[in-house]
Amino acid sequence: MLYDENQAAGTVRSLEETDFFHKQTRIVLRNCGVIDPQSIEEYIARDGYAALYKALTDMTPDSVIETILTSGLRGRGGAGFPTGLKWKFASGNRGKVQKYVCCNADEGDPGAFMDRSVLEGDPHSVVEAMAIAAYAIGASKGYVYVRAEYPVAVKHLGIAIQQAKERGLLGRHIFSTDFSFDLEIKLGAGAFVCGEETALMTSIEGKRGEPHPRPPFPAVKGLFESPTILNNVETYANICPIILNGTEWFAAIGSEKSKGTKVFALGGKIKNTGLVEVPMGTTLREKDIGGGIPKGKKFKAAQTGGPSGGCIPASLIDTPIDYDNLISIGTMMGSGGLIVMDEDTCMVDIAKFFLEFTVDESCGKCTPCRVGTKRLLELLNKITEGRGTMEDLERIEELAAFIKENSLCGLGQTAPNPVLSTLRYFRDEYVEHIVNNRCPAGVCKALLTYKIDPAKCKGCTACARACPAGAIIGSVKNPHKIDTEKCVKCGGCMEKCRFDAISRD
Amino acid sequence: MDEKGMIKSFDMLRAVKERTLPRLDPESGGKPRVVVGLATCGVAAGAQGVYDAISTELEKQGLNDVLLVRTGCIGICQFEPVVEVSLPHQSKTTYVRMTPEKAVRMVDQHLLGGNAIAEYTIGAKQ
Ligand SMILES: Cc1cc2nc3c(=O)[nH]c(=O)nc-3n(C[C@H](O)[C@H](O)[C@H](O)COP(=O)(O)O)c2cc1C
Ligand code: SF4
Repeated sequence: MLYDENQAAGTVRSLEETDFFHKQTRIVLRNCGVIDPQSIEEYIARDGYAALYKALTDMTPDSVIETILTSGLRGRGGAGFPTGLKWKFASGNRGKVQKYVCCNADEGDPGAFMDRSVLEGDPHSVVEAMAIAAYAIGASKGYVYVRAEYPVAVKHLGIAIQQAKERGLLGRHIFSTDFSFDLEIKLGAGAFVCGEETALMTSIEGKRGEPHPRPPFPAVKGLFESPTILNNVETYANICPIILNGTEWFAAIGSEKSKGTKVFALGGKIKNTGLVEVPMGTTLREKDIGGGIPKGKKFKAAQTGGPSGGCIPASLIDTPIDYDNLISIGTMMGSGGLIVMDEDTCMVDIAKFFLEFTVDESCGKCTPCRVGTKRLLELLNKITEGRGTMEDLERIEELAAFIKENSLCGLGQTAPNPVLSTLRYFRDEYVEHIVNNRCPAGVCKALLTYKIDPAKCKGCTACARACPAGAIIGSVKNPHKIDTEKCVKCGGCMEKCRFDAISRD
Repeated sequence: MDEKGMIKSFDMLRAVKERTLPRLDPESGGKPRVVVGLATCGVAAGAQGVYDAISTELEKQGLNDVLLVRTGCIGICQFEPVVEVSLPHQSKTTYVRMTPEKAVRMVDQHLLGGNAIAEYTIGAKQ
């Protein structure tokens, strides 16, 4: 073989040497992309099932709960509820009543794929953690609720459960102790509302996945009327390292009230889309917003928390991202989807996008959500179509407050957030739509007009040929004109013009 | 203890760990390890074809001791398909945006010849 002349010593050759990797702290993703997820041996080689062994043989159930409690771990499914506390609430009457542990892998937020990646890349970490949780609260049965649209995740999880059973790491008398635990997969049909805890449990029971009022909380009366805990995939993926490395190790990572790391799925207008795991309290600037924004465009805002969250405007780019800071700036952590928006994004349009999602996904059980979100969407549509009034802004705020307060479940209670958040930071943009009938980002079609600058137009006819509506008039070598009545605002002419003569406003 | 037996004690768990560790760490195991990202993002970018091409080429070249492994998402969806190569006495190489053709060249030049192809690595594509 010839010596490869391209091989230069000292250049970056592996992922570990890149900045992208250096900025991360990989706890949840410790095995993703490293081990073969279909091999229990490779998982064990990375200390897999050692935490379960330690918990079962060296710790009481109460000391497991105490460990998780003092580590400061909070739920990664969105609300950030302390995981140890949740377990504690469900820990009474061990051995006397049937209990369940459940895992939420419904992951319905548009743009989120953290949980999918963990299940695909390291399924045993969830299996092992669920066994530890079951030991802690005194449960003998668990369910993982996964959306059916995740076939690879379902397959890898199924293989992991099968392998753990064959090796005696699930089933009866695990590690020759009195502890027995069995785990099953339940497929969800992909309704966003089924990610809500009470709806998820009714769906596992085989009924229609609809939320019901709390209390009673699942810790008291959950699945099949029994005490139940439900945690998110990423929450579980933190458990084994905490058991093995101790609470101090974990509590040293992150910010004061949000310990550990968070996995973010970076998407939108950035160069490097993908998954990153960073300590809680990292700022968007430090995250480098995924390598920056393509085509030299300016960063405008980032959406967190999907349809339940809001945006972080450019002015707050240095906010340390943790549960409490996000709440105080009017958004929330959510599951970790992070959608970056640049100057070409219309904030009213973004609010509309998320609201359309919630209108579609509302289960319809309660009126404030079912009807309220529709009315809210109509108001937004009025604005993007140039029919809005300043009074509409007040009506939006009133209606939003009403929906938040009167909806039965988290879906309705958070549905107005994207609207409220964009209104808080980009009110000018709403006003511009209403007062001047202008969409500053050039997105809302109804408000756009395309114009040809007669001084620049050479009469080449390229635009006229491109126009699907026959809206461009003019003869060869003479400046053309756009008939705004006929124009469908597709922008086709602008793309074709070689003389930069067409503008949009 | 047999290879697939029940794991009932810490010693049994440790035995599996020690038996498997060399697979993950070619430095100590002596066998080359090639890892292909075959999570949803990798598959969407065509990683299965890359995996198959490597598999075929390994067989063709008689490289029976190379461990070809499927793995999950490493986080750089933008750069999929991603292939990582670890050889004894050589630091790891991350290949990005691989194609079946590039993969064949990688097998011939890197695995057989011992020289990483710098232009396909993440360093070249950043
Ligand atoms: C409409 C709605 C959808 C939700 N979807 C998810 C989801 O996909 N995944 C998830 O983990 N939690 C979801 N949640 C939050 C769960 O109800 C629950 O709080 C969480 O799974 C608890 O786990 P954790 O404490 O580990 O975060 C959703 C909540 C609501 C209201
Ligand atoms: S708030 Fe919406 S999703 Fe939740 S129960 Fe009411 S209608 Fe259903």
